[in-house]
Amino acid sequence: MELRLAGLHHAYGDVEVLRGISLEIPAGRIVCIIGPSGCGKSTLLRLIGGLEQPDRGRVSQIGETPPGSLNPLTYIFQDFALLPWRTVEGNVRLALEDHHLGRNETARIVDDVLSRTRLAEFRAAFPRQLSGGMKQRVAIARALSVSPAFLLMDEPLSALDAQIRELLMDDLIELWSRERFSAVYVTHNLHEAVRLGHRVVVLSRRPGQVREILEIDLPLDARAAHGRELEGHRHRLWSLLRDEAQAAELELVGG
Amino acid sequence: MAERDDSGRSVPFRGGGFLPRSLGVVGPLVLFAVIGIWELGSRAGLIPALVLPAPSEALAALADLLESGLLWKHVSASVQRLVLGWTLGTVLGIAVGASIGLFSLARAGMAPLVAALFPIPKIALLPLFVIWFGIGEGSKVATILFGTFFPTVVATYGGVDNVDRTLIRMGQSFGLSWFSIVRKIILPGALPAILPGFRISAAIAIVLLVAAEMIAAEFGIGAYILLAGSLMATDELIAGVAILSVLGLSVNWLIARAERFLLRWRL
Repeated sequence: MELRLAGLHHAYGDVEVLRGISLEIPAGRIVCIIGPSGCGKSTLLRLIGGLEQPDRGRVSQIGETPPGSLNPLTYIFQDFALLPWRTVEGNVRLALEDHHLGRNETARIVDDVLSRTRLAEFRAAFPRQLSGGMKQRVAIARALSVSPAFLLMDEPLSALDAQIRELLMDDLIELWSRERFSAVYVTHNLHEAVRLGHRVVVLSRRPGQVREILEIDLPLDARAAHGRELEGHRHRLWSLLRDEAQAAELELVGG
Repeated sequence: MAERDDSGRSVPFRGGGFLPRSLGVVGPLVLFAVIGIWELGSRAGLIPALVLPAPSEALAALADLLESGLLWKHVSASVQRLVLGWTLGTVLGIAVGASIGLFSLARAGMAPLVAALFPIPKIALLPLFVIWFGIGEGSKVATILFGTFFPTVVATYGGVDNVDRTLIRMGQSFGLSWFSIVRKIILPGALPAILPGFRISAAIAIVLLVAAEMIAAEFGIGAYILLAGSLMATDELIAGVAILSVLGLSVNWLIARAERFLLRWRL
């Protein structure tokens, strides 16, 4: 299953946030969307997963939904969006309960995703007892439980401190190497984009338009060893973004 | 130099304070001291018995009440009215409050009505309730029900309004049904606002209970107090007030227990 975005336009009232976005999002790869703050990257992600409707244009799904996928387009949110009144296990179960899989199947999936995210021993903990990195791992476990065709990640590491971010990035790379999931990864962080993206889409400042698409051919798990090459990509992205970011910085909020 | 302790002055400490510490024994101690001074004052003749009877006399009146078997009758009659009226008012209040929070039509239609009716002291409507629901249990339960209903409505829809939108968005993104989102995300999310509303509505319910029982009730703590008052039996009056205080404390204790259980995820 692939996704195709064709001519997406979106505005909030008088403020045009996205203009003419057309993209192909292939299966089995991580596509990073990067741009200055306020360029509409999060809006774009909400359009892709059907949480908002574009004013014009269309998001279409090419090919069949993989069999067994309970929720083909599954989000991972910046602020984790865990229910504070449910335990780790309860939060994962939430995503499964409406599918009425039966007690055994549900328990099997919960055990499986908790062990894949190394959370098995924390299943009875409440979110308030967990660090930010752990909370995001719970959110990842919850997302994996519904066997998504696409993970839609909205700045998943931005609420975490730099060290936890590195660790969780390693986790994501390891997970991808094992499962080859497809993902759209929205971020404003260049470092994350060059570490995790097979393809990096650079958006301009508001109204967001596709400025450039960069392919990074290095395998994800080998990237840590190719610091210099990554630095080159990072530098190139920054040269594309700097002027946009500077101009966006000087705009009045909401203006 | 850093090695020398006596160089310069130490920076004055300016933090601290503003942190209430729990001093468990002080509360009961003050209560017993007040009662003790009152008892001594009465015995010394400084407080005339008609104006304020000694605590020991009130206690004796309470013992009489217990011995005659009437205590149980009065208390059970009151508690029944309280439980029935408060439960019905709370259930209806949560239902209406949740619909105001969830449906724009209900909000547009009901919210102004609630705002207009909330501030009316329900005691003022008591004579009307007597005409509508009869002079028996109906009017008493109805008074408590109405008194409980409005604060619960306001607390509930305030709570629903304040549920984190990102959690609702998350529920939608996982394809949860509307009913699941309401039951698993919105109602638990509103609970921290609904439960403190219970304290307010319970206090209102006790006030209204006593007022309602002062009209044509044979049994009930309010009836007992009214009778004592009209007979100038101030010792019985104080005993009745003490029963009310214990009733209020018990209700508060129950709500605190419920809060601790239902909101244990928040501690």
